[in-house]
Amino acid sequence: MDNILNLLWLLPALPLFGFLVLAIFGSKFSKRGIAFIGVGTVGISALIAIIIGISYLTHTPPGNSYSQTLWTWFNVAGFSPSITFYLDPLSLIFCFVVTFVGFLIHWYSAESMEEGEGYARYFAYMNLFICAMLVLVLADNLLLLYMGWEGVGLCSFLLIGFWYKDDENSAAARKAFIVTRIGDTMMLIGLFLLVKSFGTLNVAAILSGAPAVWTQGSSLAFWGAFLLLGGALGKSAQFPLQVWLPDAMAGPSPVSALIHAATMVTAGVYLIARMHVLYELAPAVQMLIAIIGAVTLIIAGFSALMQNDIKRILAYSTISQIGYMFLALGVGAFSSGVFHFFIHAFFKSLLFLSAGAVILALGDEHDIRKMGGLRKKMPVVFWTFLFGAGALAALPFVTAGFYSKDEIIWYAFASDKGSIWLWLAAFGGSFITSIYTFRMVFHTFFGEQKTEISYVPGNRIKIPLIILGILSLIAGFVELPEWMGHFAPFSKFLNTALPAVSLANVAGSTETILLLINMIFALLGVWIAWRFYKKPQLLSSLQTGAGKRLSNFLFEGWKFDWFYDHVLVRPVVWLSRIDKTDFIEKIYGGVGNLNIWLNKVFGRTENGNIRWYTMGVALGAVITLTIILFL
Amino acid sequence: MVTVSMNTGLLLASILFLIGLVGVLTRRNILFMLMSIEIMLNATGLAFIVAGAHWLQADGQVMFLFILAMAAAEVALGLALILQMHRQHKTLDSNVLNLLKD
Repeated sequence: MDNILNLLWLLPALPLFGFLVLAIFGSKFSKRGIAFIGVGTVGISALIAIIIGISYLTHTPPGNSYSQTLWTWFNVAGFSPSITFYLDPLSLIFCFVVTFVGFLIHWYSAESMEEGEGYARYFAYMNLFICAMLVLVLADNLLLLYMGWEGVGLCSFLLIGFWYKDDENSAAARKAFIVTRIGDTMMLIGLFLLVKSFGTLNVAAILSGAPAVWTQGSSLAFWGAFLLLGGALGKSAQFPLQVWLPDAMAGPSPVSALIHAATMVTAGVYLIARMHVLYELAPAVQMLIAIIGAVTLIIAGFSALMQNDIKRILAYSTISQIGYMFLALGVGAFSSGVFHFFIHAFFKSLLFLSAGAVILALGDEHDIRKMGGLRKKMPVVFWTFLFGAGALAALPFVTAGFYSKDEIIWYAFASDKGSIWLWLAAFGGSFITSIYTFRMVFHTFFGEQKTEISYVPGNRIKIPLIILGILSLIAGFVELPEWMGHFAPFSKFLNTALPAVSLANVAGSTETILLLINMIFALLGVWIAWRFYKKPQLLSSLQTGAGKRLSNFLFEGWKFDWFYDHVLVRPVVWLSRIDKTDFIEKIYGGVGNLNIWLNKVFGRTENGNIRWYTMGVALGAVITLTIILFL
Repeated sequence: MVTVSMNTGLLLASILFLIGLVGVLTRRNILFMLMSIEIMLNATGLAFIVAGAHWLQADGQVMFLFILAMAAAEVALGLALILQMHRQHKTLDSNVLNLLKD
């Protein structure tokens, strides 16, 4: 079935085609036509991804991977990266999620973005976003991956600042771009290091060659892995580069869904999973990943507790969930991290899309304290949001999030790289998640209605929500924990590309006990959220004194913005202000002034009198002749 | 057949050229300036002929034919422009026609 896998190049090519058509001729189409192209290209891409997936599963290519070389990019001194797409279980899963979830988000935006201007521009950016992400996950060498990586960064910048007429949105877009840029630069230096060590950026060559070139725990391996991790931290909004994601809410809701679920933030997870061999060679960095994941998920979880903007709560929850994925990668449970990505893509895009529907219905109201009572008025949105929230809070058995998250929490303890501290962080984070998630659900959908509904979502919004809602419930059944019958086709499928987790010697009963505690606390979180929702006076201590300071501290995301503003932004702004007219500036200014002066002088000679010009020519001829003859 | 030495021929050519040049520089009427340019052109043509005759090469004559053809085209174009100029500005004084400037 080689010929079906040959369609691989169409996956990124179709959205690229959609982008080009919309970018060049977008203004000529009707809104129907724009939606048709924008949604259609991604839809066909998703269809092809599914067909390729089926073909891959039924006729697995030899070596469990398939690569398609389109052309050689360039060839300099033996370094010749090619435009090659590489399909293995890992990239297949990412492709499926990117195209399928991306398609549903496009479909949803066809309705939600219909009002207002920039319809064609919106779909052009979205298509380019999907294309860049597909290039990223399909790339067979790190240079092509880096191109997709930067493409994703560019598109997120364009989409976060989509409503660019508002200064705040542009500032958020710039922040996202600059903060991720820090990580990107680290990654670029890491790539240089890899080229220097291996002479190639081909992923397969690096992965197979690394153990021979770098010894385990050597400093080169440390720096290589560490620099790539820097890139991943920036893109995936992990501590300490997490500050851009909450502000990225400035974009339209479907954009947030795309950034948080299918593309962009998961790129870091992909990169680390893809380069797993390097991290196994640098155990210190791998431990760092686990710690960063744990720290991030706690930080973001506490911040989410205090937010009132529905999208900000979701943003912090994304940071926290990506923290879980990093934790999984850090303890060596690579396939669990990818599994959580897979499930997270469904429920997080669902949550953002239904939150978007709520915001749309309430006339751009983001504050959950002003929502309420939408349970009866918008039943479809309520139920799908509830499914997504359940998956996010990992409610036992019925939701997909339970299976993916609990696997990570278990491995945080049971893996030979895990520890009781990592487990505690993961477990505590999960408890907090359940509280803030259901706080959001209760405030939004229960109680009395506080804002009038001004827009009723149509089918193009509802159908994607229902599909994602169903997936948020059942997608977890592709991987069941050991005590539930050891049915794990997902990790078995991935294990041809990623190493299996190696467990420490832990008694089987421990898993059951820890799981039981987890389940109880997830449900307890829901109960606590309900109790505080019913009796807000229980939180009155947060209104005064130390309590108020604490809640403010958490509300502002642990004051990271304040910190960076004072330590980095202001000194730079101050320096550039006092250094406005240094001598280098004088040089460049001098060049300009000289040209202006010369222009004035020579402008005089252009007096329009033809006999002057003739005189000039004659004089010139005489001078030239004199020079030739006598010098 | 009277032979003319090269020096004499070139001297004649330079005198003609200078006459033309002085004409271009001193006349204000564009029509006369055009005529002076024609004199300069023919002076160079003469220089080609003299050189060709001296070295017994046909190139000088060929070049002169080129210059003649070019001069004919140039005069046709120049006269047409001068005609237009006269219609639009009612003058041919180059000191007045100095609108093309900085």
